[in-house]
Amino acid sequence: MTITDIKPRNKKKSTVRASDPKNPNLTSEQLDAFGDELDDLRQRVLGKLGKEDADYIRMIVKRQQQFEIAGRALFYLPPVWPLAVAALSVSKILENMEIGHNVMHGQYDWMGDPKLNSRIYDWDTMAPGENWKYGHNYIHHTYTNILGKDRDIGYGILRMDEDQKWRPYYLGNPVYALLLMLLFEEGVAVHDLEVDRIVAGERTWEETKKVGKPILKKVGKQTLKDYVLFPALSGPFFLSTLAGNAVANVVRNIWTFNIIFCGHFPAGVATFTEEECENESRGHWYYRQLLGSANITGGKLFHIMSGNLSHQIEHHLFPDIPARRYPELSVEVQALCEKYGIEYNTGGLTHQLWTVAKKIVRLSLPTGKAKPQPAPVATSDETLAA
Amino acid sequence: MTLTTKLLGSKAVAALTAPHGVDRYLEMFNPMWAATEVRARVVDIHRENPDAKGSAPVATLTLQPTSTWRGHRAGQYVQVGVELPGSARRLTRCFSISSAASLPGERFTLTIRANDEGPSGGQSVSSFLVNDARPGQMLHLSQADGDFTIHESAATPTNNHLVMISGGSGITPVMAQIRTLLRDGYDGRANRKVTFLHYARSEADQIFADELAEIAAGDNHVDVHLRYGDAMFSEFELRRLVPDFKNTDTWACGPGGLIELVRDAFGEENPRLRVEFFKPPTMSTGSATGAVSFVKAGATAENTGATLLEQAEALGLTPEFGCRMGICFSCVKTKTDGTVRNVLTGEESSLPDEEIRICVSSPVGDCSVDL
Repeated sequence: MTITDIKPRNKKKSTVRASDPKNPNLTSEQLDAFGDELDDLRQRVLGKLGKEDADYIRMIVKRQQQFEIAGRALFYLPPVWPLAVAALSVSKILENMEIGHNVMHGQYDWMGDPKLNSRIYDWDTMAPGENWKYGHNYIHHTYTNILGKDRDIGYGILRMDEDQKWRPYYLGNPVYALLLMLLFEEGVAVHDLEVDRIVAGERTWEETKKVGKPILKKVGKQTLKDYVLFPALSGPFFLSTLAGNAVANVVRNIWTFNIIFCGHFPAGVATFTEEECENESRGHWYYRQLLGSANITGGKLFHIMSGNLSHQIEHHLFPDIPARRYPELSVEVQALCEKYGIEYNTGGLTHQLWTVAKKIVRLSLPTGKAKPQPAPVATSDETLAA
Repeated sequence: MTLTTKLLGSKAVAALTAPHGVDRYLEMFNPMWAATEVRARVVDIHRENPDAKGSAPVATLTLQPTSTWRGHRAGQYVQVGVELPGSARRLTRCFSISSAASLPGERFTLTIRANDEGPSGGQSVSSFLVNDARPGQMLHLSQADGDFTIHESAATPTNNHLVMISGGSGITPVMAQIRTLLRDGYDGRANRKVTFLHYARSEADQIFADELAEIAAGDNHVDVHLRYGDAMFSEFELRRLVPDFKNTDTWACGPGGLIELVRDAFGEENPRLRVEFFKPPTMSTGSATGAVSFVKAGATAENTGATLLEQAEALGLTPEFGCRMGICFSCVKTKTDGTVRNVLTGEESSLPDEEIRICVSSPVGDCSVDL
């Protein structure tokens, strides 16, 4: 195919596949050129980083702290209990996503501020930052959507891909998903224990102890804070504060679960095999990140509340660039996708969630061998080759 | 330490703000409130050499630290972190404290010579602090550190003869020591002798000139010997001033050249001599030359031009790594000296004590990594 032959794609059906990971429609030279263009883009944005980005993240931290203090304080006024819960939920969501997740990616390490440094920061959840950074920044971001390597495919609990072999256990897929949503914080915390591998005897007790100790410590601290100290401090309102903190944590769980599941599991997102990624070039790595991620459209506030993980594609291409730059990057990334004929998977929150939910239910049952591919559109490889 | 500071620094309060520090919240209300971090407000800036033409300006900054400041001993230094105007990057540099030993929370001074430019071509921290900072400027500090200190004080009377030798800006920690001794009771009646020998580029360049003259004239048993211009340190001269110098407690601070001469005079590993010197900046040559040393492992090898991670592994070391492509930050280490090039961007960086991703950094010339 030649790149110039690409016709504008049907924008509405955003999840329709124009690229098939099993048959890359780009030659290795084209992949290299594609990689170079993304490298250039990366350099241009890195060159622009400065005061604006620093002011932004400090402003977000300040807002988050204001919400947190307001939330904790409002529990002393029982009539405004829902308001207190809302403020604390917003605080926890901001802290976990736009601040915690992004800071721990090293997005703000260049500022030289210890409070915003990936090596020092720990977030307000039960998952210790140190464990999470290994499983997430290294395993998940390097081996994104490679079956058997990326432990974020189904988190060792769910069947999220046809190529995961069906077992009767997966009949409970929708139930497990629901539970994981409500207990997402706990789920992320124990994710790094790799329980399935302990059960399978692939992990030694020593390894488990090393990972498990910090989890116990962190879970203890979070529990002490949210379920003992703050309720106790509110004296007669002990129970309502306890309940409020629990609700805020669950609200945050539901929100982050949904945003994150829309990042890699909507219809049209590709998975890869280890063979496909052997000795892969930087261009192919970018290509895989693109096909393995999906975006969610929305307004500015929505993007902030999702930690800009609504731009999961840009995040996976440039995990260490401050997330507030993703919206502007997405314009150029989409133009590049257009140029090289690579699918850019994006859609509204309800649409993406709907396809995720369908997948969770569909994969709870045994599926046929062949992946049901969406019907090819006018810009399939064949037409491009013409 | 006040009760408030004690309370704010307590484990109970920390449990409420965990996993974040208490300071993350206190700072919101007032930059001078802190439970563990140390910050300071610049309260005065005094130019030390207003008439010096052709030489770098020097200024003394008086700092009011937060109540978390534990005080300092004369001769110690402090790390100062500051974001230069228009930049969001916090730069951290070490400066010697020039005032006499301080108690917790007490004011102290830094005397700083402005360097022309920073390592990356921009303004240097020292130039900003000397020329552009104004009273009210907030600085991030470490606690005082360093063992270039004296143990003599009015509280521990000895008759030891003390020798101080300094060159250029190296006068700063020595000045702190002499100020402390004089403040704490060193006078003529005590009969405790101090010999102070200082080398400056010129008389006009001499900072603290009036105070030094006063000390020299005072009834305090402190002898001040100032040398200007081409006068170089010589063993002969020191022997003339202090015949038994090899058996006399001595503190020397200054540029590398001076320290080398002093060391030669005292002999290898003379326990009487304590030195502190400035690191000369290393320049990048742009090619794979020099030696790479991995400090903790004690391994050194010729620079092959490969990434630091690969070179470390070639030496049989097993540093932690993750993606090996610069995205996961698992392999971050501190480069203690030298220049590295980012293999992805070609960007070179010579900042001292800089955190680098060793999987995408290759050394340019001599380079040391804390690994």
